[in-house]
Formats: sequence, structure tokens, C-alpha cells
Amino acid sequence: MSPLQIKKGSNKHSAYNLRPTFSDVQEAHTITVLVENEPGVLARVIGLFSGRGYNIDSLTVAEVDHQGHLSRITIVTTGTPQVIEQIKAQLGRIVSVREVHDLTAEGASVERELALMKVTGSGEKRVEALRLADIFRANVVDSTLESFIFQLTGAPDKIDAFADLMRPLGLIQVARTGVAALARGQGQS
Amino acid sequence: MTRQMTGAKMLVQALKDQGVDTVFGYPGGAVLPIYDEIFQQNDIQHVLVRHEQAAVHAAEGYARSTGRVGVALVTSGPGATNAVTGLTDALMDSIPIIVLSGQVPTFMIGSDAFQEADTVGITRPCTKHNWLVKDTAKLSSVIHQAFHVASSGRPGPVLVDIPKDVQFASAEYTPKPKAPVGHYQPQVKGDMETITALVEAIETAERPVFYTGGGVINSGPGASQLLRELVEATGIPITSTLMGLGAYPASGKNWLGMLGMHGLYEANMAMHGCDLLINIGARFDDRITGRLDAFSPNSKKAHIDIDPSSINKVIKTDLPIVGDVGHVLEDMLRVWKARGRKVNREGLATWWRRIDEWRTVKCLTYKTSDTVIKPQYALERLEALTKGMDRYITTEVGQHQMWAAQFLGFEDPNRWMTSGGLGTMGYGFPSSIGVQMAHPDSLVINVAGEASWLMNMQEMGTAVQYRLPVKQFILNNERLGMVRQWQQLLHGERYSSSWSEALPDFVKLAEAFGAKGILCKNPGDLDDAIMEMLNHDGPVIFDCLVEKHENCFPMIPSGEPHNKMLLGDAKATNAIAGKGAVLV
Repeated sequence: MSPLQIKKGSNKHSAYNLRPTFSDVQEAHTITVLVENEPGVLARVIGLFSGRGYNIDSLTVAEVDHQGHLSRITIVTTGTPQVIEQIKAQLGRIVSVREVHDLTAEGASVERELALMKVTGSGEKRVEALRLADIFRANVVDSTLESFIFQLTGAPDKIDAFADLMRPLGLIQVARTGVAALARGQGQS
Repeated sequence: MTRQMTGAKMLVQALKDQGVDTVFGYPGGAVLPIYDEIFQQNDIQHVLVRHEQAAVHAAEGYARSTGRVGVALVTSGPGATNAVTGLTDALMDSIPIIVLSGQVPTFMIGSDAFQEADTVGITRPCTKHNWLVKDTAKLSSVIHQAFHVASSGRPGPVLVDIPKDVQFASAEYTPKPKAPVGHYQPQVKGDMETITALVEAIETAERPVFYTGGGVINSGPGASQLLRELVEATGIPITSTLMGLGAYPASGKNWLGMLGMHGLYEANMAMHGCDLLINIGARFDDRITGRLDAFSPNSKKAHIDIDPSSINKVIKTDLPIVGDVGHVLEDMLRVWKARGRKVNREGLATWWRRIDEWRTVKCLTYKTSDTVIKPQYALERLEALTKGMDRYITTEVGQHQMWAAQFLGFEDPNRWMTSGGLGTMGYGFPSSIGVQMAHPDSLVINVAGEASWLMNMQEMGTAVQYRLPVKQFILNNERLGMVRQWQQLLHGERYSSSWSEALPDFVKLAEAFGAKGILCKNPGDLDDAIMEMLNHDGPVIFDCLVEKHENCFPMIPSGEPHNKMLLGDAKATNAIAGKGAVLV
């Protein structure tokens, strides 16, 4: 009594292979989230990203208003326009989240990152590293006869470029803070 | 007036202030101070369940049938982890409940203490919000805030984890009016410009359809009243998701029946063929939409939802309205009336003629039998014999659930409790206990399958102890019916582990718990047996032996659009090849 005409070998055995009909262009967005600084709030935000399969390219968090118990989380994420909209709406649902702003979509913004890079070497390479650091306005914050630690701030692509140059000159360790960002102008968003 | 009291007393006081009359729970080491306080008062009744999962489902049944917040109380560790399924169920179906869990003392947290679990960590993704209270002074305001968060905006489950030392310590009680509500204040009023645009679309649409969901129920009885008024006044056909049944009465003339994977032919065809789709408090779930790129291909889509993340999640919306269903419907009606109560009468008349043609398919027809009880027949008789009664229905999950949605008629909201989003087998029985506690004089029936029912059968003890006359109407096919159906249709009839061997004798099982058992296997005896169940003043297990290989139709096979619906038996072929299939 099998009255159904389902093609053998079709992979339609499940409802989960359904794909929405949205654009599939990937975009990088910097999203800034003002949250109540309470235990577990970062886990709520990160858990949302992992649970729903969103990307985190970079994440920074620190308390920014001690009196108001507010922290700012800055997230750089990649996704289709529909996924970016979902990320913002889902962040907005979290009870401890006060504000969500998409700095990429809401006009001009400033993005900065701090990096520490340890470069080892001697002779010509050591001199060259120091010369390039000067061009990038990187500071030497620690030195031995065979190593430097450079401190560099700037937009993420500037830090990428400096790391690329240092690699053949003996770059052995990098620590980056992730992006901190604010909208330009007088607005508070 | 300031009052010093222990955390445990504070908790009970806060529940009283919130109007709680019933708590479902199970004691254990980490909640003993709270149970001690419950023992010393009479305003709140505690219902001892037999498993913490059941406590949460009972709280859900209580919440769904009253519109109020349901409360469950569990101990730390295993008590809390057992609550996880219920919390997830409530999150998926937007049910307002509060789970209060005990925790090991604050100074032992993180030491792998006896019955310690990271409860707030485990429940973070399955609650709307949760709290670990480390300071007794903050306990009462957290409880008041928990009620606010659970019940406002899109409702959902919250959990408050309370270490044992916090329960023992004393502090000042913060009464409800003084408690800070926090910054959580969701938007309830819809954007008037978009509402007006939707009214304009309603005025000109030739083939409009209302697609309503659980959001209408959650918005309160007033929202259902407004929906009824709007539907009657405009004459637009209406269908509903599983979660929304009862918002519009099944006997209403514009009712198309449930839509979706096992929805009615006319409802799904109307969704596919409409030119204006008005989603009110539903979320375009995959059981509803079928194949997304072929979902309602020629319609303008409006979506009213209190949760902004529901909008444009899976289906692109032309007219998004963020707001509470009741508020938005009120504005819609006012604008529509002010603009002259216009609809496209000619278009609607043609649209209804087409819908009436679809109705002639009679998609719920099944082969009747004189010798074996068909599950559909059992539900038809249950419907006929309980019609007009003060009746609440819960279900488990599977074929019986879909048949109950198809064959039982719901005239009012909050009368139908079923696990829609999570699909939790074992939901129905404890839920019926919660409903019966809230409505002691009403008829409460759990329509079940034997496999689902066994998942929380220990609750017979609860039903008997509290003399709850819940009727367990089990459609027993000795199979995991829906799994078997999919294996038959999609996996080459290889019935892998979908047959239950060694089922209990349900009559003896009932008697072992001190309840009544009824066995029925002949269609001729069914009416008398159902009447015997209804007339018995106490819990009943009704073991209804039904056709073992019945399939649930209509059915939209996964990955297919609405117009590729399969109908029962001989009709299946016609439905795909016939003219109906190419209608737009």
C-alpha cells in the first residue's frame, strides 16, 4: 500500500536541504554592541554566533562605562546581507543587549587595532626591521641583542601589511587585540 | 515597609506577589530550604511530579492554557539538566515559564561538588534569559524581573539558579512595584505607515489569505477577538499553523483548516495561489513553507511579528510589521474602517469559488473499516462525543498529533497544547497535568501515541496522587507511526527500529497505579468506550488499538512546494498529475 510516487535516489529525504532564496554575496561588517556588564554576557553573544553558525573574524570586549555597568563588544563578521541582518536582529533579542549598531552600514567609522610583534635576527635583517618599523610608526617596546617587540596601532590592513614585511625578517610571534571601532562625527551610535 | 527574610522565604513571597498559585517540582538537596518554606504556607500549591522534565512540560501546559506564566522548581545538577528539554520546547514555541533551580553553595561553585552542574551555562542557549543569583539582597528583584522577561515581548522560558547559601541568608525583600524592570521593553505598536500599506493591499487584493500562528494566541484572547472581527468583516480566507489553532474558530465560515506538511489541501493550495499573504504571528517554519524557492510564488507578503529576527529570516517580506499582534490588528481594523471598509469583492468571490473547488477534493477522506479502528475514526468519534464540552486537548508528537490537528475542531484559543517547534515526544501527558491543575473542572484529554506516551508514563503517579482526571487517549498502533510512515515512503520500506516489541498491558498498567484502564479494539464498541472514559471521575488510560499501517495524509513531501501535495491512497497520483497541481 505505497501510493506515493517519490523518485528513487532523489536526495529530498529531508526538509533540511532547503535553501533560502537570498543573495549569496559575502560582506564583512563591523558591528558594535553595547551590553550590560554582567556575568555570562560575552558567552551569550559568542553562543549566538556559534549556535546559529555565524562567523566571527575578530572580537573585542571591555567595560566602557563603569558607573552604568556597560561594556562594548566590537565584532567583525562576514556573511550575506540577509545573514548580517539576522545577526543584528538576533543580537537585539538578547535581554542584556542595549544597543546594536552596524558601523559598516551606518556611515563612516574609525577602526583601530593594536598589535605586538616579536622579530628576531641580527645584522642587516635587524637593521631593515627597525627601518620598516619607523616607516609604519611602530614603537619598540622591548629589545634584546637578538630581538625586538614592536607595538603597532592602525587599521587591520595596515597591521597585515606590516606583518607581511616582518615575516622574512624574523617574525616569530604576533598578538593582536582585534578591532575597536566608533562611528565618525558627533553621533553616539 | 521593609522586611528582612531568608532567600527561600523571599522566593516564595515573590511568587505569591506575582500571583502564582501552582508550582510543579521535585525536591532535592539544593532546594530543601525552599521546600521548607513551601511546606509552611497554603497560598501556593506544589505538585510533585515524577521527573523534572515533566515539571517543565506541566508548567508549559499550565501557561498555554491560562496565558499566565508557568512555574517549575527543580534541584541542582540532574534536576536542572532534566529540565533542559522542557526549556528548549518552551523556547521554540514561545511559552512563558520560569524554572527555579537550586545550586550548590556559592563557595562550592566550580569545585565539582555533589550534584553541581553549570546550570546557567547549560541553559543559556535554551532560555530567553537566565540568572545565577549570588546575593540574597538581589533575589526578589531578579524573580520579579524574570516574570517580566518571560511574559513580555515574544514570551519564552527563563531560569533562575539559586545557590543554597543564598536561600539560607537573610536580606531585605523588594516588593514587585519597587523592583527595577530593567531595560527590556520590546516594541508592541506597529509602524502606522506599513500598516496603512497593508490595508491598501487588502483593499485591492484578488486572492488574499491570512496565515496565522501561535503569536495570535500569545497576544491574548483580545487578539483572537480582533482577528475574528477582521476576518468576518473582510471575508478573507484564513488558515493557521499547528500552534495557532483556536485563534479563529474551526466552525467559522472562512476557515480553511491547518496548513503545512500535513495541512489541508485547500489551505496549502490557497497559500500557493494567493496574491496577498498576510502572516500574523507565525514564523515561516520549514513544516509550513516546504520548498522555499517555490513557496507562495506570486504573492506580496506581509509579516506581523513581535520578534524582529523572525522577519526576513527565511522568507523575504514586502510589508514587515514589528509589533504585538493585538496592537497591530487593532490599528489595522481602525485604518481599514476609516478608509471605508473596502475589499475587492469581485476578486474575492472568484477566489472563494476556486477554494470551494479545492474543498471538493475532501482531502481528509480515509478508507473506513468495520473490523479495525481507524485512528482518524477514533478522533472523529472523540470530537463528536466531546463537542461543546469545556474541553482542553494536549498531544504527544507524531501521526496522532497531526490527526488530532486535522480531525478535532478548536473554537477558542488556549484550548490546544502541543509541542510544535521542538516536536517533543513525552510532552502531552505532563502537559495535560498542568492544564488540569489550572482548570480542575474541565475535561482534559491527551491524544497520544503509545510510543510517545511511554516517554513520560511515570506521571501516572502524579495524576493519581492529585486526583487529576486526565484522560490519556492512546492511539496504539504498536509502531513509531510517523517514523514508520517515512521509512515506508522514503527509505524503501526498511522499518529500522520503528516497531515496539514488549508493550505493556495498558489496562493493567493503569490499575497498577490505581487508575482506570479501558481497552477498545472494535469500531462498534468505540462510542461506549469513549463515554465510559468521559464519565469516569479520575485519570483514565484509554488503550485504543488502531490500524497499524495507516499513513497520515495529506502530506507535502519534504523539499516539495505546496501544490505537490500527496493525498491518501488512490488520490495521491491524481493530486500530482491532475489540473489542481498546476494552479497558481
